[in-house]
Amino acid sequence: MIYREAGQFKTSYNSDQAILPIFQDRVAMVLMLLFAFVVIPIVANDYWLGSILVPFLVLSLAALGLNVLTGYAGQISLGTAGFMAVGAFAAFNLQIRIPEVPFLLAFVWGGLWAALVGVIFGLPSLRIKGFYLAVATLAAQFFIEWLFTHFDWFTNYSTSGVITAPPMKMLGIAFDNPLNKYLLVLCIVVLLAFAVRNLVRSEVGRAWMAVRDMDIAAAAIGINLMKTKLIAFGVSSFICGVAGALWAYVVLGTVEPQAFDISRSFEILFMVVIGGLGSVAGAFLGAAFIVLLPILLNNLGSLFTGGQVSTGTISHIEYMVFGTFIIFFLIVEPNGLARLWQIGKEKLRLWPFPY
Amino acid sequence: MRFIDLLTKVVFVFMTFTFALALAGEHFVPVTVYRTGPYAVTGAPAANGIVDYLKMINARDGGIGGIKIAYEECETAYKPDRFIECYERLKNKGEAGATLFHPFGTGLTYSVIDRVPDDKVPLITMGYGRTDATDGRVFPWVFPLMVNYWSLSTAKIKFIGSLEGGMDNLKGLKIANIYHDSAYGRETGPVLKKQSELYGFELAQFPVAHPGIDQKATWLNIRRYKPDYIILRGWGVMNSTALKEAARTRFPADKIIGVTWSCSEQDTMPAGKAATGYRCSRMTGAGSDYPVFKDIVKYVHDKGNGTGPIEEMTTHLYKIGVLSSILTVESIRTAMQKYGNKPMSGEEVRWGIENLNIDEARIAALGATGFISPLKVSCEDHEGQGKVKFARWNGTEFESASDWIETDQSIVRPMIEASAAAYAADNGISIGCN
Amino acid sequence: MDFWFFLEVLIGGLLSGVMYSLVALGFVLIFKASGVFNFAQGAMVLFAALTFVRLVEYGVPMIGAAVLTMIVMVILAIVVERLVLRPLVNQDLIILFMATIGLNYFIEGMAQTVWDSNVHVLDLGIDEYAAFEVGQAFINKFDVMAAGVAGALVLVLSLFFQYTAIGRALRAVADDHQGALSVGIPLRHIWIYVWSTAGLVALVAGLVWGSKLGVQFAISTVALKAIPVLIIGGFTSIPGAIIGGLIVGSGEKLAEVYLGPFVGGAIENWFPYMLAMVVLMIRPQGIFGEKIIERV
Repeated sequence: MIYREAGQFKTSYNSDQAILPIFQDRVAMVLMLLFAFVVIPIVANDYWLGSILVPFLVLSLAALGLNVLTGYAGQISLGTAGFMAVGAFAAFNLQIRIPEVPFLLAFVWGGLWAALVGVIFGLPSLRIKGFYLAVATLAAQFFIEWLFTHFDWFTNYSTSGVITAPPMKMLGIAFDNPLNKYLLVLCIVVLLAFAVRNLVRSEVGRAWMAVRDMDIAAAAIGINLMKTKLIAFGVSSFICGVAGALWAYVVLGTVEPQAFDISRSFEILFMVVIGGLGSVAGAFLGAAFIVLLPILLNNLGSLFTGGQVSTGTISHIEYMVFGTFIIFFLIVEPNGLARLWQIGKEKLRLWPFPY
Repeated sequence: MRFIDLLTKVVFVFMTFTFALALAGEHFVPVTVYRTGPYAVTGAPAANGIVDYLKMINARDGGIGGIKIAYEECETAYKPDRFIECYERLKNKGEAGATLFHPFGTGLTYSVIDRVPDDKVPLITMGYGRTDATDGRVFPWVFPLMVNYWSLSTAKIKFIGSLEGGMDNLKGLKIANIYHDSAYGRETGPVLKKQSELYGFELAQFPVAHPGIDQKATWLNIRRYKPDYIILRGWGVMNSTALKEAARTRFPADKIIGVTWSCSEQDTMPAGKAATGYRCSRMTGAGSDYPVFKDIVKYVHDKGNGTGPIEEMTTHLYKIGVLSSILTVESIRTAMQKYGNKPMSGEEVRWGIENLNIDEARIAALGATGFISPLKVSCEDHEGQGKVKFARWNGTEFESASDWIETDQSIVRPMIEASAAAYAADNGISIGCN
Repeated sequence: MDFWFFLEVLIGGLLSGVMYSLVALGFVLIFKASGVFNFAQGAMVLFAALTFVRLVEYGVPMIGAAVLTMIVMVILAIVVERLVLRPLVNQDLIILFMATIGLNYFIEGMAQTVWDSNVHVLDLGIDEYAAFEVGQAFINKFDVMAAGVAGALVLVLSLFFQYTAIGRALRAVADDHQGALSVGIPLRHIWIYVWSTAGLVALVAGLVWGSKLGVQFAISTVALKAIPVLIIGGFTSIPGAIIGGLIVGSGEKLAEVYLGPFVGGAIENWFPYMLAMVVLMIRPQGIFGEKIIERV
C-alpha cells in the first residue's frame, strides 16, 4: 500500500534511468541520510560514534570497493587489505614529506596509488579466471604487506615499522573528536556510494555486469575485456585505498602493516558476499553484519552470563554462533542480505492487502 | 515533539546498554585479554593470572583499602581494532572511570598511545610496547614498567658476556637475531646494532614471516652463517617451531637465548627434550613457591573460584599475569595514599604509577620475595629499573639460570631520550614533568 | 660444501612442499567432487588433530583414538551434508564457498569449546630429529616419512577416484549436480563420502603438522600455505597437489635462502603466490587442472 509505484509514470529517459526511480525510495533515502547526519550525531555517544559507527562506515567503504570488483565485474579478489594498505601508506607518505598538503588530498592520492597497484595486479585477470584469480590478488596481499614491513622508507624510518597518522585539520577545523570524525567519514562514504551507484548504471557499469555474467559473450558483443576489467580493478582499488587511508587516519591512528593482513581481506570478502554481490546497499548490510554482530554477541555474552562463564568459552561460542548465522542466512537467502531487503520491499508493495 | 523526545531517550538507553551496570563504590579495572585467535595459547594463561590475583585481593583483603576491585574482561583477539573497541567501551565504566589498561600487545599499545592523554587513562605496558615511552617527560600516560625491550636487550648481551667469561670476550663473536617480522620483533634492532658496535660482535638479522609455522629456510641460512649465539625473539607458534627447527638442524639449544615472550612452557613444551638447555629472560623468579601463590590457591582455587586449571599456576605466562595485576593493585594503592579512600580515577592512578616504589620490604609484604625485583618509578623514568633473571629449560620444566641482572642504562637511556625527543618534536609535545 | 648446502635446501624444500600437499589434498577432494572450495579445511585439520590428541591424553591408545577421531569426522560429514549442503543444492558455487566460511567459524569455535585452546604435545613415537646424512647434507627422517604417507594417500585416492564406482559417481557429481541426480546417483551419500574422506585427509595432515608444531590453533593457518600448492597443481588434480607442493616447497626455500638475503628476508609468504601467478599465466587451469572450456 505505502510502497507502490503505481501512478508514477516515467515520461523521459532521464527519469527512467534515475538513481532512485521510485518516489518512496527517494523519500526513504532522504530519511536515511537525515538519520545518519542529524539523528545519530544527536543521540549517539562517543563510544558508539568512535568505536562502532566509524569502523563500520570505513569497512563498508572497503566492502563497497570490493563489491565493484567482485559483485559487479565478477572478479574475485583476496587482496583488499593490501590495496587498503597502499592507500594508507601513500597518504601518510605524501603528508609526511609535504606537510602542507591537506589530508583530503592525501586520501585521494592514497586512492590513486592503490588504483595503480590494483591495475598492475589486475593484469593477470585477463588470462586467469575464477578462483584461480584469487591467487594473483593474494600475491598482491602478501607482497604489499611484506614491502611495507621491510622497506623503512615507507614508514619514514620508524624503528618499529609503524606509521602514525598526522592530525587532520582543514579550514581551521580539527577532526579530532569522534563526532567530527564520524561526520567526515560519513560524507566521504556517502559521496563514494553515490558515485558507485551512478557508475554502475553507466556504460562502464553495464559492461562490468556483462563481463561478470559471461566474459566470452561480452567480448562477442564488442566489449573491450581488458579495458573493462582494468577499470574495475582501478575503481575498486581506489575506493579500497581511500578506505585504507581512513582506517589508518580515523580508526587506528597508529598502524603497523599487519593491521592490513590477510584476515582483513577475508573479512571484507565475507561482508560483500553476506551483504549481497552486486549491490551498494549490500556492502553496508554486510559490513553491519560482520562488524556489529561479534560486538553485540560479545556484549550480550558478558551481560547474560554475568561473568560466570569464562571469557574464553564465551568467545569460542561467539565464533560458533557467528558461523551458524552465516550458514543460516545463506540457506534462507543465498543472494545476501540485500536480497532480503528487496523481498521485504516486494512484500510492502502489497501490504496490508494480500493482492 | 514529545514523541521525538521519547524516541531519543529510548535510542539513547539502548545505545548505552553496555554502561547499564553501575559499579558504585568500586575501583574499576578493565582486563583486556585474548583467549581466541592464533595467540590464544599464550593469552589465556596470562588472563587467568591477572584475574586470579584480583579475585584473591578481593577475597583476602576485601579489595584495596576496603574498596573492592570490579573488573571486566574484554576479548581483543590480539587485534588493534578489537582492542580499541574494548578500550573505548571500558574507559568510562565504573564510578570513577577505568583505572588503567594493560594492552598486552605491542601493536595494541601503539594503537591507543595517542588516545590516552585525552582520555586521561594510563597504560601499563609491562615488558612490551613502545620503548621510548620510558621517557615520561614525553609520554606521561604510558608506563613500560619493569624492563622495556631495549633494557632487556642489554641484559641479554650481558648474560651472553657472562657465559663467555666477560664482556671483552664478545669481540668477534657472531650473534644472530631471529625475530618475528612485526613491530614487536623489529623493536630491538637499533639497540642491538649499537651494542654490536660497542662490544665488537658481529650481528646478523633473520626475520621470520608471521606466523612462522615453517622456518626451514631461515634455519638453513642460520646454519650457513654459523652463529655463536642466537637471540630468539619470537611470539606464539614461532617460538616452538624455532626450537624444533634448531634441533633438526643440530644447532645446540644452549646457545639460544630467548626473550621474555619466548620463555613460556607453551613455547618449549612442543620441543620437549630437544630444547634442553635453552635459556631465556624473565621478569619473574623461577617456580611458583611464593606466599602470594599460596594465597591464590587458598583464597581462589580452594574455594572453587579459579579461573583456569590449577596446574597452570606454575607456568610463566600465568606468573606474568599475576605480576601485571600486582602492579595494577600497587598503583591503585599508591594513588589512594594521596587521594584518599574512594574509587580511583585514571588520572589519580597515573600519579600512583609514577610514584610507585616497590622496595624489598614491600615485596616481602606482598609475599613475593624472589618473585619480582624492586621497582622505583619516577617522571623521568617510567620503566622503574626492573631486573632480569634467566631461566633454563631442563626438558620438562624451567629452572633458574642466573641471578637478577641489572640492565645497562648507559646504553639505553641516551637512545630513549633521543627517540622520545624526536617523537615530541613531531607531535608538538613540550618535554617536561609537571 | 656449497653443492651439499644447495642439495639440502632443495630436498628440505621438497619435503616441506609435500607437507603442504597433505593439506591441499583435502581441498582437492572436495573441489573435485562438488566444485566447492572448502574454506573450512584448515579448521577441519585443527579439529581432527585436537580430537585425536585429547583422546590420547585421556588414555585412549593411539589406534583407538585414530578410529574414534575418524568416527567423529564421519559424523561431522553427515551433519555438514544434512544441515549445510542439502539445503544449498543447486546454488551458485560462491554461495557454497560462503557456507564453508560459516562452517570454518563454527568448527574453529567448536574445536576450542569442546577441547581447549592450549598447546598439546603430540608424540607419535617417531624421532623427529633423526636424520639421514647424505654427504654433508642432513635429511630429516620424519619429513621423509611424512612424504611417504602423502605419496601413499595420493596413490590410494587416485586409484579410488579412477577405478571404483563411488569414484566415478563422485566425478559425475562434480560435473553436474542435477545431471548426476537424474541418472540415479544418490547425491547425499556421495557428499557424505567425500566429506568423510576429506576428514580422513584432515586427520592425517593434522597428525603430521600437529607433531611438527604441537597441536594448537596455529595449525589451521597451514591452509594458507596450501592455496598456492592447490593453484599450481590445479584444483581438480590429486597428483597435481603433490607436484604443486614440490614446486612450491622447493621454490620458496630456494628463494628464501638465495634471494632472501638481498631483499631483507622473510619472502616465504609471498613468493609461492608470485610463482603460482607465473604458472597460471602460462596455464590458466594449473599444471594438472582440467582444461577450462568456455562456450557462449
